[in-house]
Amino acid sequence: MTALRRLGPALFAPVLAVVVAVVLSSAVMAALQVDPFRVFEVMVDFGTGPSQQITALVVILNRAIPLFLAGLAVAIAFRMGLFNIGVEGQYRLATIIAAAAGAAVSLPGPLHVVLIIVVAMLVAAFWAGLVAVLKVTRGVSEVISSIMLNFVALGLASFLLTGPFRGSAPGSQIVGTADIPASGWVPSLNGVFDLLGLANPPRQLYGFLIIAVVVGILVAVLLNRTRFGFDLRASGLSASAASASGVDARGMVVKTMLLSGAVAGLIGLPDLLGSTHAYTTNFTAGLGFLGIAVALLGRNKPGGIALAALLFAFLDRALVPLQIADYPASVVTIIQGTIVLAVVVANEVAKRIARRSAERGSAEPAATGGTTTAGGSPDQRQEVQA
Amino acid sequence: MPAPAGGVPYAVELRGITKRFPGVVANRDIELRVARGEVHAIVGENGAGKSTLMKTLYGEHRPDEGTILVDGREVSFRSPADAIAAGIGMVHQHFMLADNFTVLENIVLGSEPTRGVRLDVAQARQRILEISDRYALDLDPDELVEDLGVGDRQRVEIAKVLYRDARILILDEPTAVLVPQEVDELFGNLAELKREGLTVIFISHKLDEVRRVADSITVIRRGTTVGEADPRTTTARQLAEMMVGSELPSPETRTSTVRTTPVLQLRGVTVGAPGGRPLVDDVSLTVHEGEVLGIAGVEGNGQAELVDAIMGLRVASSGTVVLGKDDITSWSTRARREAGIGFIPEDRHRQGMLLDASLWENRILGHQTRPPAAKGFFIDRKGSRADTERIMKEYDVRAPGPDTLAVALSGGNQQKLIVGREMSSKPRLLVAAHPTRGVDVGAQAVIWELLKDARAEGMGILLISADLDELIGLSDTLTVMLRGRLVATLDPANVTPEQLGGHMTGAATAAGAA
Amino acid sequence: MSTVLTTRTTRSGRGPLADLLAGGGRARRVVWVLVGVLVLLSVVRVISGQDALTSSSTMSAALLLAVPIGLAALGGLFSERAGVVNIGLEGMMILGTWGAGWAGYQWGWAAALAGGLVFGALGGLLHALATVTFGVDHVVSGVAINILAAGVARFASELLYTDNPAGGGVTQSPALSSKPPVLSLPVLSSGPDLLGSLESHHWFLISDLAGVLRGVTQGVGVLTLLAVLLIPASYLLLWRTAFGLRLRACGENPAAADSLGVPVYRMKYIAVIISGALAGMGGVFLVFIAGIYRENQTGGRGFIGLAALIFGNWRPGGLAAGAALFGFSDALQLRSRTAVVALLLLVALVLAVVAVWKAVQRRLVQAVLAAVVAAAALVGFLLIDQLPPGIVSFTPHVTTLLVLSLATQRLRMPKADGLVYRRGEH
Repeated sequence: MTALRRLGPALFAPVLAVVVAVVLSSAVMAALQVDPFRVFEVMVDFGTGPSQQITALVVILNRAIPLFLAGLAVAIAFRMGLFNIGVEGQYRLATIIAAAAGAAVSLPGPLHVVLIIVVAMLVAAFWAGLVAVLKVTRGVSEVISSIMLNFVALGLASFLLTGPFRGSAPGSQIVGTADIPASGWVPSLNGVFDLLGLANPPRQLYGFLIIAVVVGILVAVLLNRTRFGFDLRASGLSASAASASGVDARGMVVKTMLLSGAVAGLIGLPDLLGSTHAYTTNFTAGLGFLGIAVALLGRNKPGGIALAALLFAFLDRALVPLQIADYPASVVTIIQGTIVLAVVVANEVAKRIARRSAERGSAEPAATGGTTTAGGSPDQRQEVQA
Repeated sequence: MPAPAGGVPYAVELRGITKRFPGVVANRDIELRVARGEVHAIVGENGAGKSTLMKTLYGEHRPDEGTILVDGREVSFRSPADAIAAGIGMVHQHFMLADNFTVLENIVLGSEPTRGVRLDVAQARQRILEISDRYALDLDPDELVEDLGVGDRQRVEIAKVLYRDARILILDEPTAVLVPQEVDELFGNLAELKREGLTVIFISHKLDEVRRVADSITVIRRGTTVGEADPRTTTARQLAEMMVGSELPSPETRTSTVRTTPVLQLRGVTVGAPGGRPLVDDVSLTVHEGEVLGIAGVEGNGQAELVDAIMGLRVASSGTVVLGKDDITSWSTRARREAGIGFIPEDRHRQGMLLDASLWENRILGHQTRPPAAKGFFIDRKGSRADTERIMKEYDVRAPGPDTLAVALSGGNQQKLIVGREMSSKPRLLVAAHPTRGVDVGAQAVIWELLKDARAEGMGILLISADLDELIGLSDTLTVMLRGRLVATLDPANVTPEQLGGHMTGAATAAGAA
Repeated sequence: MSTVLTTRTTRSGRGPLADLLAGGGRARRVVWVLVGVLVLLSVVRVISGQDALTSSSTMSAALLLAVPIGLAALGGLFSERAGVVNIGLEGMMILGTWGAGWAGYQWGWAAALAGGLVFGALGGLLHALATVTFGVDHVVSGVAINILAAGVARFASELLYTDNPAGGGVTQSPALSSKPPVLSLPVLSSGPDLLGSLESHHWFLISDLAGVLRGVTQGVGVLTLLAVLLIPASYLLLWRTAFGLRLRACGENPAAADSLGVPVYRMKYIAVIISGALAGMGGVFLVFIAGIYRENQTGGRGFIGLAALIFGNWRPGGLAAGAALFGFSDALQLRSRTAVVALLLLVALVLAVVAVWKAVQRRLVQAVLAAVVAAAALVGFLLIDQLPPGIVSFTPHVTTLLVLSLATQRLRMPKADGLVYRRGEH
């Protein structure tokens, strides 16, 4: 019961946001003569037969993994009070360079994968680090610099793709880097289905799921259980209290952005190592901004982010069935967008309510304590005890 | 009590004003009478209730009881706009000016002269120059406020109220941030205002200045009017007595625990402010093991900046800070804390705790690098919780448990937690700034006992406070800080209230303090 | 009464040349900068032979590309001057494009303009609601609005344009039913086209000036004219009226404004709604160029507008310069990638001057840095034939970053920009 009471306030804002989004979208749909209930029915219809249902599950999980990583990267920065809006550029640049690196070498199995991961993390960390350096040395707002660097990263990626890192034959429809040899692939997890006695669908579940889970746990431990994590969270809660407690503010900004960038570097890897094996012109895009949405919905905590990622992935998966059933599939994007706005408003409202009720329970005297004489009257100094 | 001359009503009269806030009575049965055309000072210490009173007069809140009369008519203000309409203008202590705007823009904002849609800059400029000449304010309407010094900014604030046809001006602690020359200029301006028939109400705690410029004085202490005084017939000593009260606590006799080894030495520490008087001016002091060095003084005289300099939160422009045998002047805050400085900050919400975090997490704050809060790279959750429970028990912190959010605790309990936390690391030096501010009497007594015990065990304590009880009861040595300098060193066992009050308010330095 | 002698700083004696160049107020300095830039471009054109640098076709393309950025920046100006950071300009622009497309295909270009304004303003209203009433962090709200706006545009298109007899689809609207009128300067840019003939002679400086003038006076759309006029109009509104003073006060010291009776919340709402409308107008412009609404038409221009605003130090003239700079570099890279290489020569020349100036000021580290980069740029100019499209595409963004890193100390944003203002808490 206490667990629910503790979780209660934490869940309030996200749940309220989702409810508001669903209600608003339904209203819009109804106003435009689309039956909202039918739409939701299609969304939750995972298909007939175990193979179809497992496939739907796999699609959702595969989509959720990069969303989760994106949310994690953004959340690390958010917890410290920074906006890492540059996640989009960080992961795209990291993925293409890592793809090229992976295609250029041939190492035994796990080592090859490790190399690709390390390269991706380093590139993205470096890119995020630029933002931090500009902020602490020149005072440039991290919001603008990361947005600008996003464009630069995309331009660089495009240049690299059509230039030095080009792997596909000239004149082909889709340009991509050279394929990564099999030793650089992450095997799928479909074997688990066999183990559990479930249907084994043709769609492959990314093995990167395990790595993502591990990263999530590591980040959670780092934030909640280490000294560094404490310093990071304290800086986000109250910069002045953190400074007074000894945290070096500028160093903290740099370290946080490097860490956030490093996690961002992983975002493109599930798709890269699990299915495409090369970076192409139509590689998954937009995860950076969805990551912001997921982080906000998940309240910047790894557990919440995982749930939020699953929700967004679930919504994304519904695009195809909706199109097939001839419904406006982009209702999904409306729901996602409304959720984001609703959750930030709900978070703010919840914070104010919580603060106000806590403050009321421990009324502070408005006048500061002044002088008293030896026989000072107590009534002036008394406060209302909670 | 001066009676109104010849039936002319008082410019401002307050009868029986009472104002309560949750948990405290800020003003109780205040009586105030200000004659037209005079400069009337309201004196009292921090927390005496002066600001609350002025906010009532300016319409920023309504009194719970009592009446306000302006020019003999009873009035009721719902907002500052009503007060402005009644001819009252307030010059706040913390200026409300937009740095990036010119003097003209700041003055006319909200009451702009217009010609159609366009701002009539010419008319505004003419009016401002008129006011500036008439009251000798010497303002250049096109200058950016950011380029102005403090004295000039204050004159802009005065011009703001004059532009809106104020006949009664309230100045809240106007000399708090002025250097002596600027104070002279201000008093010159006040004389001009008086000559034009305006009434000035002037809030201050600096008795030397008040006696120079005021025609009559009302003294407020602990929320109520203590009496009126005529500066021509009342001495500074008498005024100081009225302000701080004629009884001072007698310190308990105890054996001195002061040892000879110094634990903190400051030599010539100066903290500058851009383009103005230094906030901390060449301060040198020594705190020995087992000694409590108290720094008395009204808030705003550099104590906060001194604390920042010792903790490493502010860079001292000159001087050295030595802890034990180490020169820590260039050390980071974390290094200083690890070297054994404990810190009870003056503003616990801003610097002492994370309100939205639990108590056991707050236990870690400031001590992240050592047990029991930390173990290697990791936070020792269990250790911290256990220690938090210990602190809660030993220091009587009343809260449901170590998982409670800090914001849910009362101020007193928050402070007890902070004191407990800082003492637990057994620091060599404890910097305690207003350690019992906003704390109930019971908790206050507990904290005092703890400080005394710690002192007996050899801790050096630098105590900054505005509470004379506290200072006299705890200090082995007492100094007074005024305008950034240490102006006196006193023996708490022998100090008299007038002496202490006099040094704190500068009355002792004025001529005629006999 | 003590008489106070205030010494006002007397201007240090300067030689007549320095006085000519640096004195006389800001207007004269701006003129000198413009002249200097034109001369520099002329020199580089003559040396490199890249006529595209100052040709009228480049200039008119530059104008077309600069306008949406400038409108977005103007939107940012109103919002930030009132103290509300508006990252959501991109989203409001998207809403503007969609509104223009939807109203335009049904009722013509004037309706398109109105539609874009209204939809952009709605986006602004949402941002104001979140930030002013609910106190949400400005950046977070802006990002949320961007995400939502894209979703709304996609959703509405899907609902209204699939199976629509007029055309269109999920990612675009049917074509606008009418186009806005286009103007040209009578004798100089059309008919006898005197400027055109002057330009074709390729004379140093004169032809360049002709090219610039012709580019901005030939075939100029009505909306372009309106947009350009909005720049001085915004200046007048914000700096010469009581409304503007109060709005700016909300962004400098809202507590002071409040204490003087200015309705701070209401002013912020108005400012942010205007901001959305202006960004929406930028979107309308894009629709006019393309003739339809198309998804992702905005291409990040909302963000570049924000950068232009910062580059312009939150002033209308400055942001116009920023938008012009981005428009110019964008036009150049679109028309001729070899011409962009010529820009490297320009960079080399400018940085060489900077290096000398810094050396004279004894800031040796910065002087050396500038000299090194100048040398690199010169080498680049000599060796590179043309820059690949990917690299060239982010010229404006790198420019922004450079300007921001070098100039942030001198930039002055409205003091209370980004502050979540709650009455009574300040």
